[in-house]
Amino acid sequence: MNDIDYDKSLTAHVAEIPAGDHVVAAAFLDGAPALVLANGEIIFPGDNSRRIAAHPDGGIIVATADSRRIITGGDEGRIVQTTADGATQELANEGGKWIDALALRDDGAIAWSVAKQVRARDAKGVVKSFEAPSSVRGLAFMPKGYRVAMAHYNGLSLWFPNITGEPETLKWAGSHLDVIISRDGQFAVSSMQENSLHGWRIADKKDMRMTGYPSKTRSFSWSSDGEWLATSGADACVVWPFQSKDGPMGKAPKECGVRTPKVTQVAFHPKSPALAVGYEDGWILLCRLADGAELLVRRTPEGTPTTGRKRAAVSALVWDSEGKRLLFGAENGDAGLLTLPV
Amino acid sequence: MTESTSDKIPVTVLTGYLGAGKTTLLNRILSEDHGHKFAVIVNEFGEIGIDNDLVVGADEEVFEMNNGCICCTVRGDLIRIMEGLMKRKGKFDAIIVETTGLADPAPVAQTFFVDQDVQDQARLDAVVTVADAKWLADRLRDAPEAKNQIAFADVILLNKIDLVTPEELREVEARIRAINPYAVLHKTNRCEVPLSAVLGRNAFDLDRILEVEPAFLEVDDHDHDHHDHSHGHDHDHGHGLKHYHDEEMQSVAFQIDGDVDPHRFMPWINLITQKEGPNILRSKGILSFKDEPKRFVFQGVHMILDGDLQRDWKPGEKRQCKIVFIGRNLNEESLRSGFMACAVEPQH
Repeated sequence: MNDIDYDKSLTAHVAEIPAGDHVVAAAFLDGAPALVLANGEIIFPGDNSRRIAAHPDGGIIVATADSRRIITGGDEGRIVQTTADGATQELANEGGKWIDALALRDDGAIAWSVAKQVRARDAKGVVKSFEAPSSVRGLAFMPKGYRVAMAHYNGLSLWFPNITGEPETLKWAGSHLDVIISRDGQFAVSSMQENSLHGWRIADKKDMRMTGYPSKTRSFSWSSDGEWLATSGADACVVWPFQSKDGPMGKAPKECGVRTPKVTQVAFHPKSPALAVGYEDGWILLCRLADGAELLVRRTPEGTPTTGRKRAAVSALVWDSEGKRLLFGAENGDAGLLTLPV
Repeated sequence: MTESTSDKIPVTVLTGYLGAGKTTLLNRILSEDHGHKFAVIVNEFGEIGIDNDLVVGADEEVFEMNNGCICCTVRGDLIRIMEGLMKRKGKFDAIIVETTGLADPAPVAQTFFVDQDVQDQARLDAVVTVADAKWLADRLRDAPEAKNQIAFADVILLNKIDLVTPEELREVEARIRAINPYAVLHKTNRCEVPLSAVLGRNAFDLDRILEVEPAFLEVDDHDHDHHDHSHGHDHDHGHGLKHYHDEEMQSVAFQIDGDVDPHRFMPWINLITQKEGPNILRSKGILSFKDEPKRFVFQGVHMILDGDLQRDWKPGEKRQCKIVFIGRNLNEESLRSGFMACAVEPQH
């Protein structure tokens, strides 16, 4: 992306998408943009625009995706897989209970939680269950082995679904929300109720405190080389260094995209050391990590009495695998697709 | 990006000891023709089931916050559910949280003041407690939860009054008033009250803390006493109502004619709520600060205080300060002397 001219705005290269409802997640399925909406629909915008009723009898609360499939969890208790052809498949049904968290593995295995109950379904469809010590808010697959990290009150549990026995625990007092694991599997990081992150070096369970956020961190993104972790929740995108064996311990994070409104979504470019940053007022910037250079992707006008529209937070942000297109969505149902100029 | 109060979704917390009639009230609210769409957070499915309303199961998980405040507990499940509900905003215009009979209302209420995301989107409207006229007196003796629920309430439905004699009713009412003279009390059968008696109360809205007079001053023998306020009596004079003193839970109220010095009052109220926070369930006050044209109002739940300058003192309005605490084992004399020491003019 070094060929991008950081002196020019990218706003002219954004195509608006009227998604129509709170955008829960965004993805590129076999290269085609797809938006997951809270009303239960998945839309494939574009020339052959389609709306798929993935959850016809409920709303979508959580979603996760890779380049082949979107997995959605609904408030009617269903977990549904949607593929690029628009086909939907029910993978599980928890009978009316909310799906609280979801995780997806490269091979198609998934994990989900309903309050304390955590289940993992491997690529062949075999489901294993585990009861966590308290409600699970976040799930992530570990990069090595078939293992699920779960965030709950007072820490994390690392569970091997195919091995009986107590999971390994990483303890830290308080309520843990999301969990993310470093690419090399050495570090686990959780976001907490108290507007901070907590990290562990898994091998020796050494604690890392990453504090100073004015609000909760709910969006994370690893750089393509796995050496940087971008986070939301502050009035800038806060990027933690993970190059060394000590992770961010004793090191200051980088900041980019400093504005008064808080960052709600972050997405590292898949090939370059640059980031897309979405804000609570709907703005999106592209920031270069090295020097903090910024490019405007989206600016939202103030709502007027006639339109009655309010600025809404960016709630989904994702790059395609080539890093040529950026798909985003907001809480008010606005969405758009940036295609970088060649 | 904070939204104004009117944009926030009102949340009514429904408490009450087992069997008092909470589910009856909930079903009443949901089945009445009122044009509202509710999201209802319940601890057990099955007993209610109304189409068009969103019903969510809760687990009543109480978490401590890591903020050095020992009584600062929140409902973790509620934070999680609120986050999910906010993605489906168009589906409802009010939220009702039903708690189990054994629940302490404080963590529920505190969730709405401690979690910023919840606070940005929703506001606590009132804590409504349903009490069983026949059995409440017994529960107040043997169940600390029942006492908490009465002490915490903004609205109390004294239900099943057809099962007690008028004397028994006066007795149980006096017991309630000994703990909480400030809640609006309705005497009911099958929780028959107009919807407006339990919804849209704005009990935690600083603009609505207009009076901190005890409601019991105007209690009479009519079946319904819908008094929101009363006039200028000292709360020691209960009219026609037996006066009880609850050994453990009580309310205290103090008044200063004239101004207080904010530089003395603010440190004092902060110290008191930090020190006595676990014992103070609810607090509220209206204050006249020296050289300040506006009234200062505050309300608190345990250690969490919410206060602001409100409207101007009106011409001819008597400038005075009133504060109220409802709590457990309150040291009335020490609270009184601490408050009186904040007065600009010496009080006698």
